[in-house]
Amino acid sequence: MNWTTFRALFARDLHVARRNLLTTILQTMLQPLLFVFVFGQVMTRSGMMPTSYRGMLLPGIMAIAMTMTGMMGVAMPLLAEFQFTREIEDRLLAPIRSEWLAVEKMVAGAIQALISGAIVALPARLLLGSDLGLSTEHLGLFATIAVLVAIFAAAGGMTLGCSVGQTQIGLIFSLVLAPMIMFGCAYYPWASLASFPILQKLVLINPLVYASEGLRGTLAPQYPHISPTIIIAVLVVVDAILIVTGLNRFQSKAVS
Amino acid sequence: MGVGIRTHELRKVFTTPPPLAAAGARFAGGGGGGLFKKKKDAKPNPNIVALDGVSLEVAPGEIFGLLGPNGAGKSTTVGILTTRVRPTSGEAYIGPYDAWKQQVDAKRLIGVVQQRPNLDFSLTAREILLFHAAYYGISGAERHERANRLLDQFQLTPRADDMTRGFSGGMMQRLSVARALMHDPQVLFLDEPSTGLDPQTRLLLWGIVREYNESGKTILLTTHNMEEADTMCHRVAIVDHGKVIALGTPAELKASIPGGYLVQLKLSAVPESLIEKLKSLSGVTEVRATGNSVDIYAGRGGSLIGEVAAAAAENSADLHDVHIAEPSLENLFLHHTGRSLRQ
Repeated sequence: MNWTTFRALFARDLHVARRNLLTTILQTMLQPLLFVFVFGQVMTRSGMMPTSYRGMLLPGIMAIAMTMTGMMGVAMPLLAEFQFTREIEDRLLAPIRSEWLAVEKMVAGAIQALISGAIVALPARLLLGSDLGLSTEHLGLFATIAVLVAIFAAAGGMTLGCSVGQTQIGLIFSLVLAPMIMFGCAYYPWASLASFPILQKLVLINPLVYASEGLRGTLAPQYPHISPTIIIAVLVVVDAILIVTGLNRFQSKAVS
Repeated sequence: MGVGIRTHELRKVFTTPPPLAAAGARFAGGGGGGLFKKKKDAKPNPNIVALDGVSLEVAPGEIFGLLGPNGAGKSTTVGILTTRVRPTSGEAYIGPYDAWKQQVDAKRLIGVVQQRPNLDFSLTAREILLFHAAYYGISGAERHERANRLLDQFQLTPRADDMTRGFSGGMMQRLSVARALMHDPQVLFLDEPSTGLDPQTRLLLWGIVREYNESGKTILLTTHNMEEADTMCHRVAIVDHGKVIALGTPAELKASIPGGYLVQLKLSAVPESLIEKLKSLSGVTEVRATGNSVDIYAGRGGSLIGEVAAAAAENSADLHDVHIAEPSLENLFLHHTGRSLRQ
């Protein structure tokens, strides 16, 4: 393993991320923040939603922002670079095993996911007000889950970005990401699906459910949530599967 | 001391369309196998033999050319040597390192200019060079010094701090070569380097490549441009259908064509008596007839035409077209394969 090259590859991604900071923020943050405003402010102030909904909403919004930033941050550039601009070729020739380029991409994606979770939390909290009833008792667990969510997002982006064709991007958005977000328990706790027993079982294949429930369970434990122990166990397995799949998919793209 | 290249009985059979490297025209398209493709719809991919036992030895400090039409296996050879294509069998070495088994060591020694520009669109021209050097662990001051020198050499200084998205094809190609030279590689691969370049840029590029070679570096270039192979290369291997069909210096190769000159005729009819007559003309070494076309390999060109016209008239065949080609690699290719390089 060649750290000098790894660091240089990472520095390149960091440099590009800094250059695209504003567009990235707008791209990934705007939608969750608008959602926060409509559901957290408009609906609660008008009395159509209870004010307690706001505290429930914040962890879910963070889960969505982290997942989308991490996934898109890894998948979109890969889609273009492998198929269209081929600009990744120069980095594939760098004196390091090409798997490490994939690892570097995932590390950068996971860090981006963590940052976006933090960035979205600040304005969301401003929009929602300070009396959200958030708990700081389980910060260690919260951080663990956040890191696992970030890895899931980045490794998922690697798998997605190396699996789909450019013509299928639109389809991915409408067929995969939209249901994933709506059935990701970001806007409601998993327990509230109890009246839809089949759906409640079905959504468990959606990793975003564990992200939302995990962050909610550690940040706002007063709401019903899946036990953090289960969440961590599931996320570790999901992360492992996606990392292995992502690396394999990347290699099949990098070498013919 | 320079670094050579060696391949031994290199074979590559593509079972899936090659995704990135080695995407010769022959393999274009059909790569859309994606997430939603059902298994039962997937047709069994025909095995495409891209390389069929290529053994080459390129000496340190040599400019070696791979000449052949699209899909001949040139890019696949480069792909294997540059670690981007896994060989089905056989061996490929960059200096002492196996290009497949000792990838990282091999990658340190090589610089690659791909057929299609693949510049990093998220960076400026200067940043592309700086980051490239950083991947190879070159120190900060040294990086900047080299980038300035190469930008200047490739006449890119005025646009050094622009994003490359708006660059012309020629500028992108120049920057690609500059990038490949940033880490001072022992072996430089140029895959169709002058495709799409204007004559002026081509001359600039050729000059720089020669100069680089004079500093002891090995250069392997692929081309389907006869002139390029002829003027640039110390030795040329002509490849077709994944096989080396001729190998030698451009002069040796041209000398190996029977006669040297090629006179191509189109006639209204080609009676056997005409062919016999043509064969008997002085200086003619070989006559090949296909349909109403006749290829004459001969030791002279223009002076033959009068006799050819007389022979045609004698055998009541009308001459429709006459073309005289001087000794060239193009003729050599035609001689070996019966096809033109451009076909």
